[in-house]
Amino acid sequence: MTDQIRNQFPALSGTVYGKPLVYLDNAATSQRPRSVMDCWSSLVSGANANIHRAVHHLAGLATDAYEDTRRAVQAFLNASAPEEIVFTSGATAAVNLVAFSFGEAFVKEGDEVLVTVAEHHSDIVPWQLLCERKKALLKVLDIRENGTLAVEQLENLLSERTKIVAIAHISNVLGLVNPVQEIVSLCHGKGIPVLVDGAQGIVHERVDVQALDCDFYVFSGHKLYAATGTGVLYGKRRWLEAMPPYMGGGEMIEHVSFEKTTFAPLPEKFEAGTQNFNAVPTLVPAMVFAKACREDSSLQKEQRAILEYVYEQITQNELITLYGTPIESKIPLFSFAVRGAHHEDLALILDKMGIAVRSGQMCAEPLMDRLGVTGLLRASFAPYNTMEEAEYFIKSLNKAVHMLV
Amino acid sequence: MTLEEKKQEIIEEFSLYDEWLDKYEYLIELGKNLEPFPEDKKTEDRLIKGCQSRVWLDSELRDGRLWFQADSDAIITKGIISLLISVYSGRTAAEISADDFGFVREIGLKDNLSPTRANGLVSMIDRIKEIAASYGR
Repeated sequence: MTDQIRNQFPALSGTVYGKPLVYLDNAATSQRPRSVMDCWSSLVSGANANIHRAVHHLAGLATDAYEDTRRAVQAFLNASAPEEIVFTSGATAAVNLVAFSFGEAFVKEGDEVLVTVAEHHSDIVPWQLLCERKKALLKVLDIRENGTLAVEQLENLLSERTKIVAIAHISNVLGLVNPVQEIVSLCHGKGIPVLVDGAQGIVHERVDVQALDCDFYVFSGHKLYAATGTGVLYGKRRWLEAMPPYMGGGEMIEHVSFEKTTFAPLPEKFEAGTQNFNAVPTLVPAMVFAKACREDSSLQKEQRAILEYVYEQITQNELITLYGTPIESKIPLFSFAVRGAHHEDLALILDKMGIAVRSGQMCAEPLMDRLGVTGLLRASFAPYNTMEEAEYFIKSLNKAVHMLV
Repeated sequence: MTLEEKKQEIIEEFSLYDEWLDKYEYLIELGKNLEPFPEDKKTEDRLIKGCQSRVWLDSELRDGRLWFQADSDAIITKGIISLLISVYSGRTAAEISADDFGFVREIGLKDNLSPTRANGLVSMIDRIKEIAASYGR
């Protein structure tokens, strides 16, 4: 079963220090299937031309590949129109775009922006910059002891001055699916738009932006098996239309003169300069792969078994503290601390056993402070990881702990 | 033991282990046996920047020689700094300044650390060099 999937990923057959690679840093970036590599390579060799403007044949092929991807992303997210899909270099760029452009249009001195304590730096710092620029206030929604969002505090944190709320669909540290639907309806009840950081969410959840009704949804391609440097901003048309451009340059203009420049309609208004046209179309095979995994019930069963196995092994170990505990909303992403063993020592030893895990603050320093730790060890699984790998990971982890404690 | 002899001893010690896991075991042992570092000396100015784990290094000049004391919250890092201390503590500023720290490469330490760790190691070496230079002036 998983063999069929693994065979699509050349990187997974690699070895490190003579041992088979066990790649458990998928929340940082996933490996890429052959279909993604082939897509990139065929575009570079057969359709490499700058998109949109030129009239020649190659430019036509490149433009079609790029615009077909936009429609494929629209379908993947169930957005209502392709104009609502803006390509960016990644989730970070997408949040920055919204923080800048939405901020320019709608945030004034004394206004408020709300994020959660469990956000990735990429969904904190752009808002901080906005708040500094506009003399606005950044407010923070806390988590409960089990790692879930303290949604009961949300109502009190929102005010008439709250202009936007930004939350992760799934925290990259806690690995819990947040109740975004509930948060969106609560915020919309007060007329407040919501941006959902889907960097992790898009990989593990089926996303329907119309059902979710969020105002913005952002994600990176590279965590979803596509090429690096690809990303998506979904935005409701009415917001995108009301927002000024983020960057100026080629493509995003309608007419340029020194007296007055007018801008291209959506989505080009937000796509200044040469786009990553060789890489963006890799989102198509990537989404095909993601969708196939989601719809494969026996694979889903196996993935669930891996989640439950690792969860049980980790939570039963009295030396280990897992952060983000309710298994009902857990994805196979485990961030934990081992009493008496530094996360970096563990990661270093596991590395020598062929296992790639992440150690440190995981781009979420405020959350580390909130949890009272200097860093954690994180193992994050993808559909191509096997039960055998999960068992090897647990065995190796125990061995590493034994060496250190 | 001279600086050269001490370095040679460590190179030989390391060559005993084929597997990097065994080398880590050895570094962990060194780390565990490192002389305790006073808590009140864990100050910002003794903290070495560039390490992912926290490393504190303290030095004093006694009888014309430099003596180092250090600590880290990560045990392998602690082992590495212990190794550096065992070589360079009790040497003169001139001896340290003249040394090229090449033995670190010889035992394969730098190559076998993740880039962030390797940067940490470079930062530790730089701090020792800086201290030596400040006393050498």
